[in-house]
Amino acid sequence: MKSKTADRIATGVFVAIAIIIVSILVGLFSYILINGFKHISWEFLTTPSSNIRAGGGIRDQLFNSFYILLITMIIAVPLGVGGGIYMAEYAKPGKITDTIRSCIEVLASLPSIVIGMFGLLVFVNVTGWGYTILGGALALTVFNLPVIVRVSEDSIRTVPRDLKEASLALGITHWHTIKTVLLPSAFPSILTGIILAAGRVFGEAAALLFTAGLSTPRLDYANWNPFSEQSPLNIFRPAETLAVHIWSVNTQGLIPDVEAVSNGSAAVLVISVLLFNLLARWIGSIITKKMTATK
Amino acid sequence: MQICIYPIMTYFRGVWCIMEKIIPAKERLIKSSKNRMDGELRGKILVILCAVIMISATISITIFLGTKGLQSFIKNGVSLIEFLTSTHWNPTNQANPEYGALPFIFGSFAVTFLAALIAAPLGIGAAIFMTEIAPSWGRKILQPVVELLVGIPSVVYGFIGLTVLVPFVRAHVGGLGFSLLSGMIVLSVMILPTITSIATDAMGSLPKYLREGSYALGATRWQTIRKVLIPAALPGLLTAVVLGMARAFGEALAVQMVIGNVRNLPSSILDASATLTTIITLNMGHTTYGSVENNTLWSMGLILLVMSFAFILLIRYLSSRRKL
Amino acid sequence: MVTTYLEKESTEQTIQTTVQLHMEHILKVHNLEIFYGEKRAVNGISMDIEKNSITALIGPSGCGKSTFLRSVNRMNDLIPGARAQGEIIYEDLNILSKQINVVALRKEIGMVFQKPNPFPKSIYENITHALKFSGLKKKSQLDELVEESLQKAALWDEVKDRLHKSALSLSGGQQQRLCIARTIAMKPTVMLLDEPSSALDPISNAKVEDLIVELKKDYSIIIVTHNMQQASRISDKTAFFLSGDLIEYDATEKIFTNPSVKKTEEYISGRFG
Repeated sequence: MKSKTADRIATGVFVAIAIIIVSILVGLFSYILINGFKHISWEFLTTPSSNIRAGGGIRDQLFNSFYILLITMIIAVPLGVGGGIYMAEYAKPGKITDTIRSCIEVLASLPSIVIGMFGLLVFVNVTGWGYTILGGALALTVFNLPVIVRVSEDSIRTVPRDLKEASLALGITHWHTIKTVLLPSAFPSILTGIILAAGRVFGEAAALLFTAGLSTPRLDYANWNPFSEQSPLNIFRPAETLAVHIWSVNTQGLIPDVEAVSNGSAAVLVISVLLFNLLARWIGSIITKKMTATK
Repeated sequence: MQICIYPIMTYFRGVWCIMEKIIPAKERLIKSSKNRMDGELRGKILVILCAVIMISATISITIFLGTKGLQSFIKNGVSLIEFLTSTHWNPTNQANPEYGALPFIFGSFAVTFLAALIAAPLGIGAAIFMTEIAPSWGRKILQPVVELLVGIPSVVYGFIGLTVLVPFVRAHVGGLGFSLLSGMIVLSVMILPTITSIATDAMGSLPKYLREGSYALGATRWQTIRKVLIPAALPGLLTAVVLGMARAFGEALAVQMVIGNVRNLPSSILDASATLTTIITLNMGHTTYGSVENNTLWSMGLILLVMSFAFILLIRYLSSRRKL
Repeated sequence: MVTTYLEKESTEQTIQTTVQLHMEHILKVHNLEIFYGEKRAVNGISMDIEKNSITALIGPSGCGKSTFLRSVNRMNDLIPGARAQGEIIYEDLNILSKQINVVALRKEIGMVFQKPNPFPKSIYENITHALKFSGLKKKSQLDELVEESLQKAALWDEVKDRLHKSALSLSGGQQQRLCIARTIAMKPTVMLLDEPSSALDPISNAKVEDLIVELKKDYSIIIVTHNMQQASRISDKTAFFLSGDLIEYDATEKIFTNPSVKKTEEYISGRFG
């Protein structure tokens, strides 16, 4: 009978662990959302932040976050998908492929602060750009690339071999087969992976502290010339993102309403990440529906 | 040119038979400049380029951070032994600057191990809950929970740690609140999803006959888990914990916001402390690039890089054991 | 050549005999060996494949018949570690040579697989996909060819109203005929069929068999099959493979009524395999 009692106790412990984890999540989310919603208003989202006075918004930070995300993805997606295609279709088993795999593994496990330092060294100092959106985006590319490579490789590998053979047997070249048969079939799962990666990039701060900087110049949203200093589109200007903003107001900020601003920003950040997550799930469910409907 | 190469084209001009006789098999079928597949080559070069960029990124990160990180020892003459073993960090003292990074190295390892100590049982427990106790509904609830926890940005964890956890510790446990304890708790929540999802994979990939065999012998579920499943999944579970620790070791901002950032060795878990990442985060911005103090920060970055390689080697060792 | 042409003008009976006498060989296989890494899957076989006829390859699983088939249009190139030695002569060229443009070769030697594998695109696009890649862009020509190939594959009447629906909405048998149609559209000279009807129900199977016999007029067909009745029903010549060796290769009637090798007889009468 002793073993039965032990079994019951163990089951209880495991259930308790599950409850603890769920309540951590529920606690975190409700704290963030309940505290944050009070501060989110149209005004909060559309006024620029203030360094000293209370009542600042997050307009520029929000724009910067999305803009850096966009630039990062423009660089990282082609590179990552290309790398994934190489790994799935061209890499032959051997030393070179093992080396590339190790490189991906190393890149994936680098702490983001280390990537930030690398960015500071190369994209800020060596190039002489200073803190720029482009430098931040390149650092985030390093951070993001291994994820996209893996997602693309896995997605391409799961495309049935039959389809590839069918295309090749019709006298279509390997590359054209990749472009017109493999990639379209793998596209939905690659997209899901990319959106999840985008969520991660959106919330990343450590890699941006020393690359995109902690400040934003005065922006003129009527100026859409990407080469102008005041244009929000200029990729050679410093840019503080939302995630960096939360950190900087909390650790070095002078504004009196730190909590209000950070609560609001944290809520916006979490909601955005949540939206990315939901979007990815939604696309994922559409795919499975399509797949099962046609079979 | 292509018209002559593909019989199908010529067929449509109504002269298929004639054309086929005109084009000898040699010209149709042997590789030559005429029927070379330019797109094929271009595509291949394109993706190889992507792979090359990845390799060169990794190599250049290693080289750049390696040389920069060694400068403090080579160029500035900071003693490596002092850097690694001394507890006195006083780089701004003009007369007698001291560069002992041991408190930060210790701080990094301390929070990492302490966080793993909490997160490992919780994460593995959750994995067992999902695979053994309630495989159907338990998984349906916990899986998205874990995914959402991964999604929360680290600054948000840090911010909540700062506004909720630190005051709580100050009021109910003692000390200033900014402490190893707070860092440990924040980190353990952050690495929990990593450990849980990998441990779940490890438990889930165990062959069915292990369970069935054990139940057939009359073992209870707990006995099966403890005596059969956990030992069988051990390398995978350890991999999960090591990956979690790797993440904890490299985490910067969340820890920095709650740990207090003092330069002394902590004497208790309630003392404020600092880690390699937090010192880098705090001081990189306001030290002069190229100064000795700045260079020692790069040396700390190099330690992070080396540790990240060490974690990879450890994981490789564990996964090689898994195959046996 | 000239005599064959002249004699074709005379009565049907004479055509039959003369064609057999003057049978052209589309493929000449000479001492073909195929390896997967260290393992030898095909042990130096030699056989000539006749033009405009159906050649059936039979034998138990793993006897090397599919491996042989896949080497004819170099599909084995996809398998890491696979290599072939010897010769397969097509139009005076050894198609196993490194100099061969595999892509151009596969346009002339088409292949249909065991499992129907239409692209997840529309029926129309399934056929035009490879044509467009080959440089055919005009819509009128594409339309014409889609209809022609679907007609030949006996699928036109069933799908003409839904050409732009997904090919995956078709039944298994229809999908397989679509796969044959898209191969026909490329105007190959040789068609390789790898157990094309083994995954189908009996009715679809019968349709595909009729289709194959019909196609003989225009193409030289090599078919791998597990189904002995199928081989005897549709093929002109049959080759029996056993553990990588070509045991016997002769007219189908001879193989099935009076095989000269004992192993063949045993296999055909169902004593093993």
